[in-house]
Amino acid sequence: MEESSRTGRKAYLSRRYRLSASHRLHSDAYSAEQNRAVYGKCNNPHGHGHNYIVEVTVGGPVDRATGMVCDLGELDGFARRNLLDRFDHRNLNMLEVFRDTVSTTENFAREVYRIFEGFAGAKIERVRIEETGNNSFEYGKQGCSH
Amino acid sequence: MIFLTRKAEFSSAHYYWNDAWSKEENERVFGTCANRNGHGHNYTLEVTVAGEVDPVSGFVIDLKEMKEILEREVVSVYDHRHLNLEVPEFAAGPCAKVPTTENIAIAIWERLDGKIRGAKLHRVRVYEMADLFADYYGER
Repeated sequence: MEESSRTGRKAYLSRRYRLSASHRLHSDAYSAEQNRAVYGKCNNPHGHGHNYIVEVTVGGPVDRATGMVCDLGELDGFARRNLLDRFDHRNLNMLEVFRDTVSTTENFAREVYRIFEGFAGAKIERVRIEETGNNSFEYGKQGCSH
Repeated sequence: MIFLTRKAEFSSAHYYWNDAWSKEENERVFGTCANRNGHGHNYTLEVTVAGEVDPVSGFVIDLKEMKEILEREVVSVYDHRHLNLEVPEFAAGPCAKVPTTENIAIAIWERLDGKIRGAKLHRVRVYEMADLFADYYGER
């Protein structure tokens, strides 16, 4: 125990954020028929929506003074400004990031990862998004380095 | 290689405080968590071990034994206790750690390391609440 109180061991902190958004899966690279075949009911031109759960994992040495990988308030503030304020209660397809990219949850996870690369408090390691209780998508590091 | 995870739960009180800092500094950094009267959580512990399947038993390890180890090494020490006052790794002293979720995960790893026969400790995950958890993989 003694040693661990002095060393900044590497740990991971995960936080789950909830946001609700609409989207429609549609690719300009496909014909209307192909879009319907590939995306099925997700191609409905009127769109549909989900309660997304975005699980963000950051990693780094545990600060000896605070016992934390990063300040949770800073992480939550960053998520509020850069994730929730931008995506919650929006139509994903109307956002610049999905103008030329299909708003699949795979692409959404990559975008959230890219956004959290701008978080200065700790390194983003993984983004996992639950689109529904039955579907989840992960991007980034799986497990640990060894 | 198979990964096997066992859950356990414990409910504990704690507060965040660094003796090296003033009251004002503690309150600035830790916010409401610095209330010295403490607060508490229902923690969920997930311990993942990795190992090969025994060809006879079909087990990586005997889950009953793992349950007993978690009970003995962690739950009986942490459950319905005040971490800052009653649990050695977080209680006052030069080596005391702030009982954050990260440090609880590391401390549980230390408590379990070498105790689980026949499998390698892979991950300790501690949920402080459903939307906040820490993982430790033994990395230094």
